[in-house]
Amino acid sequence: MLCDVCKCNDATVFLTQILEGKMQKVNLCDACSKEKGVQDPTGFALADLLLGIGAAEEIEKGASTQKCPVCGFSQADFKKTGRLGCSACYVTFAEGLNTLLKAMHKGTEHVGKLPQRAHRAMELNHRMRNLTENLQKAVAEENYETAASLRDQIKQLESEIAT
Amino acid sequence: MKFSNVMATAGEWVRGEGPHYQVVISSRVRLARNLRNRAFPGWAKKAERISILDLIRPRVEELTEMQDSFSESLQELSALERQVLVERHLISREHAAKGVGSAVVMNRRQTLSIMINEEDHLRMQSIRSGLQLKQAFKLVDKIDSALESKLEFAYDQRLGYLTACPTNVGTGMRASAMLHLPGLVLSELINQVIQAVSKIGLAVRGLYGEGTEAMGNLFQISNQTTLGEKEDEIINRLSKVIETIIEKEHDARQVLLQKKSNTLWDQIGRAYGVLTYAHAMASKEALNLLSIIKLGVDLGAFPEDRRLPIDELFIDIQPAHLQKSSQQKLNAEERDHLRAQIIRERLKLFPKPDISKMARESGDGSTAGPSNNE
Repeated sequence: MLCDVCKCNDATVFLTQILEGKMQKVNLCDACSKEKGVQDPTGFALADLLLGIGAAEEIEKGASTQKCPVCGFSQADFKKTGRLGCSACYVTFAEGLNTLLKAMHKGTEHVGKLPQRAHRAMELNHRMRNLTENLQKAVAEENYETAASLRDQIKQLESEIAT
Repeated sequence: MKFSNVMATAGEWVRGEGPHYQVVISSRVRLARNLRNRAFPGWAKKAERISILDLIRPRVEELTEMQDSFSESLQELSALERQVLVERHLISREHAAKGVGSAVVMNRRQTLSIMINEEDHLRMQSIRSGLQLKQAFKLVDKIDSALESKLEFAYDQRLGYLTACPTNVGTGMRASAMLHLPGLVLSELINQVIQAVSKIGLAVRGLYGEGTEAMGNLFQISNQTTLGEKEDEIINRLSKVIETIIEKEHDARQVLLQKKSNTLWDQIGRAYGVLTYAHAMASKEALNLLSIIKLGVDLGAFPEDRRLPIDELFIDIQPAHLQKSSQQKLNAEERDHLRAQIIRERLKLFPKPDISKMARESGDGSTAGPSNNE
């Protein structure tokens, strides 16, 4: 196996690092590993090696400056406390959280209890999807009478959802 | 209802004798819920925590189950009173550390307690005696359904109920049972059991949950994951594992009776001797010795009607209960003296362990076979 950096010598140092929840592997030859300071794993970031010096810092900064629009919580706060700021944080930080949740739980999707409210919302959404599909079909078939009736039903459903 | 009323009566789970009461002390199920788009308690500023509390508390107090409830803000409770609630498992240690903007509401029978602004806006918990996880779930589920019509909970189509800590997301449910396993400890099989249980995604913890020591041969076992499995599936899985552990515990006791009856008799005799004559005793020692006496009751060395006084002692000798009942703050040395005194008094009418009864039980066990011992 050749060194990932100089691509000419045989790799003798094999590195695995987990960054932002993703596993990265790098194979280095003796000379390159010394040059990149791999002998001191604490001061070494794989991202720097792969993307140039300073890349790791950049990534870190980008992630930690992102703030939840609802509560102002940042990823750095999460690293500190292990708790999130509010329910909207699950949307703001969805990307990083998904990897975390996958490792933590049995599955990635909730299959248990639904609140009545969610139940009703799901039902309305389902009805809306059906009506829209039928409307498209009716229009395509130039069946305008049915389409007009479906359009009225959709309007009524829209007002129901709005309440 | 006042705190003195809470103090005066032990919860149903201490007095009751639910299924498998010899091994399963209590079953608990808690649900975590939050309000949509409001900062979680750990991140919310004081004013927001108070406004959230003002929103939730009246809705909780008006529940039919909460008629004549005990409802109090955390800052209105003394450190000692909070600790009493922790020792009864009615609030968590985390909740006891909270102040302004947090509250606890519990029903008269102490089977239902609702923490407001713990780690999540709502932590609803039901606690029952013996192995009754399904019944405990039924109660909190009902409370949850009643509250969701009045409060808008944070819920996501894909992730389910959203919680402050990602480990609780999904069902927001933690189901747990407190098990008394002296047989497995004495026969040194407990570590095997703990390892096996951890491997199948369940957690084993000490007396007061995460990070606490196992004392009095008491172990808490609970589900670790909350996403990707239905509530009743989690509870069924947990119940099955607990039933297996109960069987193993009974088997271990039978083996001890048959092969190491002298050691067993010695342990029970020593526990009885020390508890009846000691004048200073730390809670850990007391819990460990009481556990052996409790085992003695299970095995017939003491009459069955001695069970309740022992079970009550498990609670009454804990530090906050001791101080609250003596109505004074005590240092560790004074507590140890008072603890020994209370135990001596309660054991005064306790008959000496009856080895003949135990030996006969053991004989019965060996002819009937170890699996028939329930």
